[in-house]
Amino acid sequence: MSPIVKLNKVSKSFGSLNVLQGVSFDVAQGSVVAIIGRSGSGKSTALRCMNGLEKINGGEITVCNHHLHQNVTKAQLRALHLDVGIVFQSYNLFPHLTVGQNIMLAPKWVRKQSKAEAKDLAAEVLGKVGLAEKFDAYPEQLSGGQQQRVAIARSLAMQPKLMLFDEVTSALDPELTGEVLKVMENLAKDGMTMVLVTHEMAFAKGVGDKVIFMHQGKVWEEGDGEILSAPQTPELRQFVGNGL
Amino acid sequence: MLTSFQIQALLVAALWTAGLSLIAFSLGGAVGLLIAVMRVSANRVLRAISFTYIQIVQGTPLLVQMMLAFFGLSILGFSIEPFTAASAAMVIYSSAYFGEIWRGGILAVPKTQWEAAECLALHPFQRFWLIIVPQGLRISTPPTVGFMVQIVKNTSLASVIGVAELTYTSKLINNSTFQPFTVFSLVAVLYFCMCYPLAWWSRKLEDKLNVAHR
Repeated sequence: MSPIVKLNKVSKSFGSLNVLQGVSFDVAQGSVVAIIGRSGSGKSTALRCMNGLEKINGGEITVCNHHLHQNVTKAQLRALHLDVGIVFQSYNLFPHLTVGQNIMLAPKWVRKQSKAEAKDLAAEVLGKVGLAEKFDAYPEQLSGGQQQRVAIARSLAMQPKLMLFDEVTSALDPELTGEVLKVMENLAKDGMTMVLVTHEMAFAKGVGDKVIFMHQGKVWEEGDGEILSAPQTPELRQFVGNGL
Repeated sequence: MLTSFQIQALLVAALWTAGLSLIAFSLGGAVGLLIAVMRVSANRVLRAISFTYIQIVQGTPLLVQMMLAFFGLSILGFSIEPFTAASAAMVIYSSAYFGEIWRGGILAVPKTQWEAAECLALHPFQRFWLIIVPQGLRISTPPTVGFMVQIVKNTSLASVIGVAELTYTSKLINNSTFQPFTVFSLVAVLYFCMCYPLAWWSRKLEDKLNVAHR
């Protein structure tokens, strides 16, 4: 089966800073890929490039049959966003809308669903993340972990073929982290294709079908979860040595 | 003391002041929103037009704008009622300030909100009107209400072109009764009664927003 995501020699720079220097990897349909690495290694940038939040300077990315390159148009990006969901570290819920409205917004305005359809859908995805009773709450009334689960539900409501997670537990304490990871594990079990940038080594090893270690803007090491137990490069050895 | 007829005249005048204020709030607000949107638009021409508009309006006294609206248009051959001229001047004046206040609010909405909306495949138009504008207006509510107090007080300048609002009427009554202390005290109380609820509302909103941004 051909991969759902394919990065081919992707480069990206911010001014004179070369954040990505020829990054290539694949993501198979239905798999979970964890990208790990130090702060500044380019892992978040790689993820953001995958849904066009950052424009790449060189190479090519294919995501769900959408091709991203230097001259990608706004219409192409919008088509991409219909297939790819993303969850951010800072949740980015819309604070002026209730949980239910946050989730129903895109199905209603983008998918043109009726209010009743959107409401059923919102209730369904909220149930999936275990927050069915929070439909009418405002984001500020929820804990960080709950807000992040709502953000996941909001993304799920668009029925994406691929979900990206950008350090989604980095702002949470261990207990709240646990409840968010549980939701993500269930998604993985349901067969969702997921790419996550994370500092949760145990999760990367346990749930990830593939682990990618990025260092200095390059894919330094890649393999299944076992590379964390038996690193081949001194850089990864040092990284997991500090992490586990 | 004032006769009941004079007091009644002052109360009616206060209604004209309130009416002029409401016109400035509503029409000035509508034009102001348009100006704010133009100010943050990606289109350079729209940005330049709105910027120039704000600079001109903010750089000239409201009193002069009143005179221009009334005498200026009369000289050009348009016969215009004082109240219409005063309304036009108030709308122009308030729209420029509303526009600048709301522009600041819109720009204060974090960039991540744009990103989140974009990643849900919302159109740029939907991102702006459904996500950014409601939050921008909310952020700028306290300065907006504060400026509304200014509007109420500044309607007094309409007296120079003969609109029978509170200040104009009070001068008339003072000229016939020679009781400036009584007349203007009463007028001050009437203005205060219109402004204080706005100021109180503004403080209330500010507290509420601070709680939300803990």
